[in-house]
Amino acid sequence: MRKWILAAASAVTLALSALAPVVSLAQAQAPAATEQKKDAAPAAEAAKAPEAAAAAAPAPTPNKGDVAWMLTSTALVLCMSVPALALFYGGLVRAKNMLSVLMQVFMVFSLITVLWAVYGYSLAFTEGSGWLSPFVGGLDRLFLGGTFTPATGEFSPASTFSKATPLPELVYVAFQATFAAITCCLILGATVERIKFSAVLIAITIWFTISYLPVAHMVWYWPGPDGYTSDKVADAMVAKAGLLNGWGALDYAGGTVVHINSGVAGLVGAMLLGKRIGLGREPMPPHSLTMTMIGASLLWFGWFGFNAGSALEANGMASLAFMNTYLATACAVLSWVFAEWMIKGKPSMLGAASGAVAGLVAITPAAGNVGIPGAFVIGLAVGPICLWGVTGLKKLIAKDDALDVFGVHAVGGITGALLTGIFNAQSLGGPGVTNYVTMKPDAYPGILAQLWIQAKAVGIVFAWTAISAFIAFKIADLLVGLRVAEEEEREGLDTTYHGETAYNL
Amino acid sequence: MKLITAIIKPFKLDEVREALSAVGVQGVTVTEVKGFGRQKGHTELYRGAEYVVDFLPKVKVEAAISDELVERAIEAVESSARTGKIGDGKIFVYDLEQVVRIRTGETGKEAL
Repeated sequence: MRKWILAAASAVTLALSALAPVVSLAQAQAPAATEQKKDAAPAAEAAKAPEAAAAAAPAPTPNKGDVAWMLTSTALVLCMSVPALALFYGGLVRAKNMLSVLMQVFMVFSLITVLWAVYGYSLAFTEGSGWLSPFVGGLDRLFLGGTFTPATGEFSPASTFSKATPLPELVYVAFQATFAAITCCLILGATVERIKFSAVLIAITIWFTISYLPVAHMVWYWPGPDGYTSDKVADAMVAKAGLLNGWGALDYAGGTVVHINSGVAGLVGAMLLGKRIGLGREPMPPHSLTMTMIGASLLWFGWFGFNAGSALEANGMASLAFMNTYLATACAVLSWVFAEWMIKGKPSMLGAASGAVAGLVAITPAAGNVGIPGAFVIGLAVGPICLWGVTGLKKLIAKDDALDVFGVHAVGGITGALLTGIFNAQSLGGPGVTNYVTMKPDAYPGILAQLWIQAKAVGIVFAWTAISAFIAFKIADLLVGLRVAEEEEREGLDTTYHGETAYNL
Repeated sequence: MKLITAIIKPFKLDEVREALSAVGVQGVTVTEVKGFGRQKGHTELYRGAEYVVDFLPKVKVEAAISDELVERAIEAVESSARTGKIGDGKIFVYDLEQVVRIRTGETGKEAL
């Protein structure tokens, strides 16, 4: 059975490799059909609207500062996966499994990047058609066709949050690729030390396709601010957006799309896998908290790209997102560590590192959606909340979510998503919600109303990813089996599955 | 001939080595070991997982000694390794049947 699957996978890879350049080239010859052009030319109204005069003016070009910042942010987010997350997780497992963690993260990162370029970006960030369009995009950007036209040297534009302020779409493609990749890598923390490498690749590919892409589309896809020319047109614009985006759900950099999405999926995977042999009886402390600290620190560093890069411009909002990220994280380190000190008796390095990650998770949906007061509250609150998530709540759930993906990412993501709804209020120091017709921040519906929208978004994502993860892991189980054999688990995955030892001392 | 095995606290190793040299013991073998007797271990906490660690790091010092030196060697180890607190360790004395110096082939007392 395994030989046939490997053969099939190799055949698909070879076919894709042959096909990809051919398809990309073919699409590059066709004229680029960008979002901006589609939205700016609905039949009658555009001719009457004032921008008929503007249409004669030259199209806006990307701002060099914005592009430079976004390319930098993309590289920062790459760094968050490799090596930051890999080391953070790796240090927490036993030495005999270190390479398996590094390998799973490295491979998943690379795999998702490729799938993103083939079909992921298209399904997430194009409009899609008919009844599917609130849930998933279309195939306009298959193999990234249309993003670059060799004949004219043209780069298709992507929107930011300001009118007439485009980015080259390829920058946005790359930036979002790193988000998709790290989300998939986060799941791995729940299943470490006992999952088969082949099962990882299969389950993650399926989950990426049926959960990450639709959720990213539902929360983040919108046609951009340039089409909001009048109140009449505004409703039509909102109708083109992803379902949750259209409802007004606030998620700056991925509290729902990245953290709740992966946190719940990880827990489902852990449930289907079963617990590690010897859990609770045999000692399995982290083999290198030094590596974990290095990982956590690099995550903090890279997260500035994740959150402040989600401003899509090098401007005041990016600075606010940057400072919120910095402050909330520091607050969470303190609140986790002090809570731990009081309850457990000693302040630990793992507690500090975990507090930092929890703070980063919680501020993710909030970064450009709250003000400094919000950053203080979110950071200080999530420390003890996630400390409970990895201790008390974990005992209640009673599943071996080995590296606490649910306790930190799902619990922290839910905390951040809900508090974002509250602290976006201008009365609480937040920037409010922008009305894209007037470009004024007066579209906030009120604390309770926004909180309800956030709760609905959290609930839908939670359910969607739980079901998707179940399907994804079950299919992997049927094809190759999820779990390694007992002797392999005892010896360690590095030697049995990768033929290597991490430390040849 | 006797083989002396001493389990001592790791930070006492240098003192014990010097004390043995002073009474005429030329060579020792040292191993890092874990163990416990009456000394209590400690608890480690990793997020929600608490581990009670009974084993403490110790150092094992072994030396092959001729019969005339044994009393003085034991006394040297004892006094240099002692702190007066629980966990100081123990000294075991074994009868040693044969010793061979690999380089020259000498045996018995000449090999010590």
